[in-house]
Amino acid sequence: MICQFFILSSKGDHLIYKDFRGENSSDVVRVFYEKVTALPGDQPPVVMNHKDVYFVHVKQGGLFWVVTTNSASSPFTIIDFINKLCSLVKDYCGTLSERSVQLNFALIYELLDEVVDYGYIQTTSCDVLKNFIQTEAVSSRSFSLFDLSNVALFGAETQQSKVAPSSAATRPIHQREQGKSEIFVDVVERLTVVIGANVISFAFLNCSCECFPFPSEMRIGLNEEFSIGRSQLRGYGAGVRVDECSFHQNVKLDEFESNRILKLCPSQGEQTVMQYQLREELPCAAPFRLFPTVERDASGRLLMYLKLRCDLPPKILFVCLICPSLSQELSSPDQSAELKPQSRVVVWSIPKVNGGTQLSALFKVDVPGLCSSSLLEVAPVGLSFEVPKWTCSGLQVRFLRLSPVYSPAGERWVRYITHSDSYTIRI
Amino acid sequence: MPYLSGEDTVKELRRALSNPNVQSDPLRYRNTITKVIRAMSQGVDVSALFPEMVKACATVDIVQKKLVYVFLCSYASLNPDLSLLVINTLRKDCQDANPMVRSLALRNMTNLRLPGLVEYVEQPLSSGLRDRAACVRRVAVLGWAKLHNLQPETETDAAVVNELYSLLRDPDPIVMVNCLRALEEVLKEEGGVAINKAIAHHLLNRLKECDVWAQSDILRILERYCPQTEGELFDILSLLDSCLICVAPPVMAATLRLFLCLCSSLPAVCHSALERACGPLLTACGSSSREMRFSALAHIQVLLGAHYKRFFCGYAEPAFIKQRKMQVLVELVNDENVSMLLDELKGYCTDVNPETAQAAISAIGRIARSYSDKCLEILTGLLGLKQEHITSAVVQTLRDLVWACPQCSDIVCTTIEGCEQIIQDAQGRQALLWLLGAHGERVPSAPYALEGFIDGVRFEGSLCVKMELLSAALRLFLCRPAEMQDMLGRLLHYCIEEESDMCVRDHALLYYRLLHCGIEETRRFVQMRRSDPGLGVLIGRPQQSINSWAQSFNTMQPLCGATTTPDTSTRGSPEHTNFYPKTNLSKELRTCQVDSTPTEEDFFCLETLIQCSLIPVDSPYSLQAALQLVNIQTMAFTPTSAIPWKFYMYTHTQPECSTKTAHGTLILAELLYSNEAPDVDEKPRDEPALMGFLSILSTVLNTVALQCENSQQGKTQLS
Repeated sequence: MICQFFILSSKGDHLIYKDFRGENSSDVVRVFYEKVTALPGDQPPVVMNHKDVYFVHVKQGGLFWVVTTNSASSPFTIIDFINKLCSLVKDYCGTLSERSVQLNFALIYELLDEVVDYGYIQTTSCDVLKNFIQTEAVSSRSFSLFDLSNVALFGAETQQSKVAPSSAATRPIHQREQGKSEIFVDVVERLTVVIGANVISFAFLNCSCECFPFPSEMRIGLNEEFSIGRSQLRGYGAGVRVDECSFHQNVKLDEFESNRILKLCPSQGEQTVMQYQLREELPCAAPFRLFPTVERDASGRLLMYLKLRCDLPPKILFVCLICPSLSQELSSPDQSAELKPQSRVVVWSIPKVNGGTQLSALFKVDVPGLCSSSLLEVAPVGLSFEVPKWTCSGLQVRFLRLSPVYSPAGERWVRYITHSDSYTIRI
Repeated sequence: MPYLSGEDTVKELRRALSNPNVQSDPLRYRNTITKVIRAMSQGVDVSALFPEMVKACATVDIVQKKLVYVFLCSYASLNPDLSLLVINTLRKDCQDANPMVRSLALRNMTNLRLPGLVEYVEQPLSSGLRDRAACVRRVAVLGWAKLHNLQPETETDAAVVNELYSLLRDPDPIVMVNCLRALEEVLKEEGGVAINKAIAHHLLNRLKECDVWAQSDILRILERYCPQTEGELFDILSLLDSCLICVAPPVMAATLRLFLCLCSSLPAVCHSALERACGPLLTACGSSSREMRFSALAHIQVLLGAHYKRFFCGYAEPAFIKQRKMQVLVELVNDENVSMLLDELKGYCTDVNPETAQAAISAIGRIARSYSDKCLEILTGLLGLKQEHITSAVVQTLRDLVWACPQCSDIVCTTIEGCEQIIQDAQGRQALLWLLGAHGERVPSAPYALEGFIDGVRFEGSLCVKMELLSAALRLFLCRPAEMQDMLGRLLHYCIEEESDMCVRDHALLYYRLLHCGIEETRRFVQMRRSDPGLGVLIGRPQQSINSWAQSFNTMQPLCGATTTPDTSTRGSPEHTNFYPKTNLSKELRTCQVDSTPTEEDFFCLETLIQCSLIPVDSPYSLQAALQLVNIQTMAFTPTSAIPWKFYMYTHTQPECSTKTAHGTLILAELLYSNEAPDVDEKPRDEPALMGFLSILSTVLNTVALQCENSQQGKTQLS
């Protein structure tokens, strides 16, 4: 049961406040903000309580999305609801930010009114809600010259418009319907890897296949070699194997066993079609390897020599974050990397790396009172990156077909992205 | 209008709202109203605009209507008289041809929250229950719940309750769920909606039509239903099986809770349900939303599995997730994965966040009770870093470790030298002092370390440290009198003459008088146990019975507990209660093993002799298993060769509504296999519970002994 709902900006401004049951005073907003700011660090616990009021919050888009509830409520329901509400607001307003929430507050009040009644969640399905929501979204996107670059002289299509998806993914739902129909399928994989002494000691892949709006029944074809579980490997080729796989309830699986085809019922909003996981071993070699040397030089400085190798196909883009925590304030390093003394982190960021290449960096750090045991204190290296057009598991979408009844062939986009959830290399 | 103050804003808005030109242009009118709502959500008091907004309510523009209703619902309680004007418009809207307008009017009519308007609302609500459009019925059903809560003392009309019950058969699933929710509120005094067999089966059959939120609410309400036969129970369970492995975490958690409630008397079924739900819970643990991950982690501790690698921390994860994961890791340790787990935990010990580092160190300490060598190596290495917070955490961990495993004390004694320079916080120093006092004879520099503390006692802020210092000095004096005599004298003098805190002063006086009685007498009281050698720790985790946590599953409780630092019970010295002067000194040594009980009055000791044939000392696990069947949990037992053989156990009763005491009863018991003083500590006094416990225990013992089929006569004492 949801007693109140409010959205706070990170500075504590009230953006949205709605009291569903009228049991607590609006004072709770202040209490919540005081609790959040009183805590050290920027990671307040998800659930906090003040007398009988339980605050559950989720931080998304730099905003606090807070629900107050009582102790018997299910945390799974509340958290899932807040996440769902965030994605609804994103669907309706285009983007999630302080500005878009401020611009569209009337729309959000209207949404809240339809989604929750007297603290009980009524529906969060876009298909139902579209009949009730009347307010139109105000787009926070300002006019930009970049949008024009897709249109060449006299309106002819440029080469670029064939490659880069337009801004449809961040367009509000109402405006989407007016424009040409576009369908997005995102295959997002999140990689968790721990590498110690150049051996992968642990790897875990958590992935989802998401779908943006599609107006009619759609068929998605996956790799034919796709198999679930250890036992059912097919053929001898490079099969795509996952350990666990679950599908959205709207997915019909009658052709999955024979041809690996997913059939989807039409839907308006964003939908996670399938989630799959891989444990223990990755099907491919680790995409990045790091050869670090940490030693002390004669003048008592800490020398860190890092050699980074990436084995991916060319044209990838990533940022690398390295965080050895050091004991004291440091002097500036050699390379164009940034040093954050308060969190004792050296951040080495690389905008773009070509596959099959090697990069290196040498950091010299002045540490007062350096001794041999300080080397132990150098924490593992963490990499965060985003690799487009590549999936670690090898999953591919063979085809995307809309049912023949629906004639106008819209544009269909399939995007593959691999994120690093946690990519750790021990020194 | 950034340059205007609140009052000017209101004036400006009022002028715009009453301007006939604005009113005639729908777009401009709507924009002005939007401005009012914007000001309202920014915290400006716009209640003065109420009359103008009431006028704006009568319009055909639905967007404008919705905006006005947001305003009216917020300020209606301030203007009850003017709100009466709105009711007319609302009632007219209830007759509108458009179902959306009807549901909107009905919802806001009940959201005004004015008890005075109830009589006008009842009639439209009743007709709303019979409306053609489902969206109107949804609103009307919940409207009755709102109405009931507005006037909690008046009983809702029986006809309405009956109509709500009949609407459970409504074709629209949301109307059905809303009926359940409304009945739950309306019939709160009678214990909520009555679930009989027909309703339960109807709900179960329609579960598939509902969405995630409705499903989890229905599952929650079904907990109240008791199936009449076992056959029916298993039919229900097999029907719900697909929900148990549902992708949506809310449904999965609610189903699991329902399983645990329905099968509370069938532990085997509960266990297989837990195993089946393990997969989806683990998936939730790897969810992309941090908050969901945390929520799943807080619940997964109850499920052991071979998935320990899934709980390794990611470097960018927030501290609250990391600490939760470490708690899980400690419970998953076994012979195969111990070195890998320790390597991983070692990495966290130098975390930038001191709390995370502390949690990692104390996690290593907990593992050290079973795998001491490797852990001590790591802990010693950490002391070499000479970092303030790390050293403090390590010393506290070592203190707890020495108390549980005395065989580690030699290594610990060699490592703690020199730490007194580094530790700054009170808890760390307290731990160090305890170690110096208890094992001072093996630390060569102990008197010098204490001297530093005694010289600085004047500036010492913490009460606990002073108390600890007193007892450490006295104890060290008993084993190294030559070096300590002068120092102890100075300390006692300061504490008795100059100390302002009564507690410290009394303590010092007690020691002073004790020393007067002679050195042997002092030794008898002060030279207490330095560890509890009787405690051999069970590897892994004692199995908790499912019923003990099923009640809190899928509520806020597991998540709130996570905010405290792990292992708070060991923050003080292990046997700190021992040092406070008590009326009955001879009893102190006995109570030291139950340091968690707060006050003397709260417990109650009992000695009993249970006569039974030989119990199978050689196979403590079979005894443990037998006790678990009757809900008695094992804490620890000594190795089989030890004499006297001891077995520690506990159980607790659930608080009952009938008794006045809000607490449950905790029973701690020590089972001895020879002739020693026995006691059962219990809190608070609860005679029937204790008697019941004893009779159950003796039954179990006799049964186990019978199975053993050994004629040898043995005597067991319960203590």
